[in-house]
Amino acid sequence: MSESAPTTADTRRLAQVARERVRFEEEALELSDQVYRVARRLAGSRDEAEDLVQQTYERAFRSWRQYTPGTNLRAWLLRILTNLNIDRGRRQQRTPQTTSIDNEAGDYFLYNKLESQLPDENPDEERVLQRLSQDSIVDALADVPHDFRDVIVLVDIGEFSYADAAQILDIPIGTVMSRLHRGRRILKKNLADKAVA
Amino acid sequence: MLDPCDKCEEVMQPFLDGTLSDAEVAEAQRHLERCRWCAKRYRFEERLRHYVRVAVSEPMSAELKAKLAALRTPL
Repeated sequence: MSESAPTTADTRRLAQVARERVRFEEEALELSDQVYRVARRLAGSRDEAEDLVQQTYERAFRSWRQYTPGTNLRAWLLRILTNLNIDRGRRQQRTPQTTSIDNEAGDYFLYNKLESQLPDENPDEERVLQRLSQDSIVDALADVPHDFRDVIVLVDIGEFSYADAAQILDIPIGTVMSRLHRGRRILKKNLADKAVA
Repeated sequence: MLDPCDKCEEVMQPFLDGTLSDAEVAEAQRHLERCRWCAKRYRFEERLRHYVRVAVSEPMSAELKAKLAALRTPL
């Protein structure tokens, strides 16, 4: 038996680890557009979102061995990102943690208000929707208190499952669902408030 | 006892999210088939969710993309 055998085995093992690492980094980078899309709405500003995404990838590449292959990598990255966001104390947040009763309205409230602003008797719902500008939607979402906004951003913007959102935010699934329902109502109330006659 | 349209408004989100029981879905469907007023508001909600997702999606800058690519372990 040659004395170089263990060295060869070591070399093979190192090469295998290097390949796994490269594959992990490639897979993570392929998800970066989706990660940024969510980060942009979790963070208060574009600069903050860019910092968060960069820090997330730095941390992910450092601790790549903690990721279990075959599990949801996008959720794993978002878990790092939301933890970093909380560590930063969510500075530059525009809204307080709790919401007042002013933001409560039913699920039909927005439609009813927008429709009442149109002259037609029975307008098409698409025409009602066109009453909302892109800017008003961005602002209305930013004004949703962050506990609710985080869930809306993960589920409705990022298209994460309730289970993934619960894991990312470290809250029970029931809380995800109740915050999602209430958050969407707050978002629609904000949109109704911004819609001018 | 809730008015049928109020009830339909109450269950709109769980209905669209697919989290209602079969019996509750059947009840809401029976109402929606008869009630164009509620059906329109349901269609609006579905369109709104899509519209919001598109409206708030902002592409990542090429600079950030390059910075992330540079974080890779050198081969």
